[in-house]
Amino acid sequence: MATIPLEGTTWRTRWKARWDGLMAKRWMLPVLLVVGFALSFAIPQFNLVNQYVQLILIYIGINVILTTSLNLVNGYMGEFSVGHAGFMSVGAYISAILTTQLLPKALLPYLFPLEVLAGGLVAALVGLVVALPSFKTRGDYLAIVTLAFLMIVKSVFENIEAVGGPRGIPGIDKLTTLPWTFFWTILAIWVIRNFVYSRFGRGVLSIREDEIASDLMSVNTRQVKLQAFVISSFFAGVAGALFAHVLQFISPRVFDIIKSTDILIMVYLGGIGSIAGSIIGGTIYTVLLEILRPLGMWRMVLMPLLLVILMIYRPRGIMGLREFRWFVPLHDLIGTKLWRRKKEASDAPAS
Amino acid sequence: MLLQAEHVTHYFGGLCAVSDFNLNLEHGELVAIIGPNGAGKTTIFNLITGVYHATQGSIRLGDVELVGKTSNEITALGIARTFQNIRLFKELSVIDNVRIAQYGQMKYGTWEAMFHLGGYQTEENRSIENAMNLLEVFKLDSVADESSKNLPYGMQRRLEIARALATHPKVLLLDEPAAGMNPSEIGQLMDFIRWIRKEFDLTIILIEHQMRLVMGICERINVLDFGATIATGVPKEIQNNPRVLEAYLGEGAEV
Repeated sequence: MATIPLEGTTWRTRWKARWDGLMAKRWMLPVLLVVGFALSFAIPQFNLVNQYVQLILIYIGINVILTTSLNLVNGYMGEFSVGHAGFMSVGAYISAILTTQLLPKALLPYLFPLEVLAGGLVAALVGLVVALPSFKTRGDYLAIVTLAFLMIVKSVFENIEAVGGPRGIPGIDKLTTLPWTFFWTILAIWVIRNFVYSRFGRGVLSIREDEIASDLMSVNTRQVKLQAFVISSFFAGVAGALFAHVLQFISPRVFDIIKSTDILIMVYLGGIGSIAGSIIGGTIYTVLLEILRPLGMWRMVLMPLLLVILMIYRPRGIMGLREFRWFVPLHDLIGTKLWRRKKEASDAPAS
Repeated sequence: MLLQAEHVTHYFGGLCAVSDFNLNLEHGELVAIIGPNGAGKTTIFNLITGVYHATQGSIRLGDVELVGKTSNEITALGIARTFQNIRLFKELSVIDNVRIAQYGQMKYGTWEAMFHLGGYQTEENRSIENAMNLLEVFKLDSVADESSKNLPYGMQRRLEIARALATHPKVLLLDEPAAGMNPSEIGQLMDFIRWIRKEFDLTIILIEHQMRLVMGICERINVLDFGATIATGVPKEIQNNPRVLEAYLGEGAEV
């Protein structure tokens, strides 16, 4: 088959071939991770980029964690949670209280990972409490329950004087560093990706496609939904803890419905049901907001407009329901091919 | 007695959808439930599989009471079904459709799933292997990586049965398997149903409007009308039962 069809040489197919070639080199992923981790140390050490860009990099990491974790519930599972900023605020407050009031100052840099973990765990617990009643009902109810939750959390923090009431907590130590952000971002992506490519993850997908059929195919839908929601809240809490220690000031107003909307935009921009989409969505949105900063108020007109255009031309987002092959476990990627090859090999002597 | 339904009654609000339904199913039997549209046939399937919980009565699989159990528990006990209007996981690949149905048989827990530890890898490999072997039996192995929504209608029907069998059922409920098929396809389907019954050691309950199929392969028939059982018996008896003719053709009809 030497003849190449004419349309085979358009720029589109050429790029696709090049892209597939890159994706076939799976060893590149761990190499990139090591390089990225090394860079995350080198950048602040040698000031490779200025402080402002370093800050943006940290925000990109935090937003990618938020986007990936919300995508688990809104994209993979097809529910609609708007309470992500609420779980984020739980993580932020827990860790901020630990930093400013409970832990000894001298040990703070060493205890920071435990603080983040604590923020995530408490957020996960709160997620469980929210999920238990709300998943007894179906569909749209979750949006309403999570919206109510968001309002409750906000007014709780506003009314507890010990955490500053509406004024919030100022003067949090800046403990979020680039390496820690990198570590937590990779951990979030890795764990959620692992979960998605397991029997529970397939259960999550089947709930999105058809919940009743899923239950009838032996998937314990209630358990799977709880797991997905708790994992999602855990990483929202982690992101909140990182966020509090880079902003150095939190108040209930930071975690309102606007913050939730931001995360939703990142999810639907990047693409539902896709890890790669979450990374792309979180990154593009963070960077765009910064690039468009000189426009001032017009930024808030342009960004939603971009979203409307995207929804018209790509309703599932940039990567909707597709995935980089790097992120798919090998057995899922080539399992069927291996099976066919094995079968051909065993059939050959017989015939 | 494998599956036993006794005095099963179900109301939707004030409407009686199924009244006093009884069924005794021996291992290996092939029984049909027929009746005009809206007679409550699919409701019975929904009651057996736990989609609805019977208002009164009991349904037992062996010695286990099924009323009150959730669908996934009932499926794990060994009852699987297909749907009247195909309900595949459309956006997912053919093999994933089958692998989702293996959920109940896979043993690894949440932590192993989150960190890909322990039994994860071996069980995933075995899951792919089993799924492909099952798909091969149904001649679907060549399309394993396709989205299930892209399959032609006949293949989607086959995949739905394959998916149900992946849960390792003892009892299979088929809800109008011949819907939308032409006469020659129905002939193939009859052979196919006979074959899976033998091959997978199944007991089958079938809802169907195609009388050729019902009369051709079923050993016993249950006729429903307005939720009530109006006749039971072997195909020959049903064909000549005046109450059945009345339900289908109206009062005073002659054949």
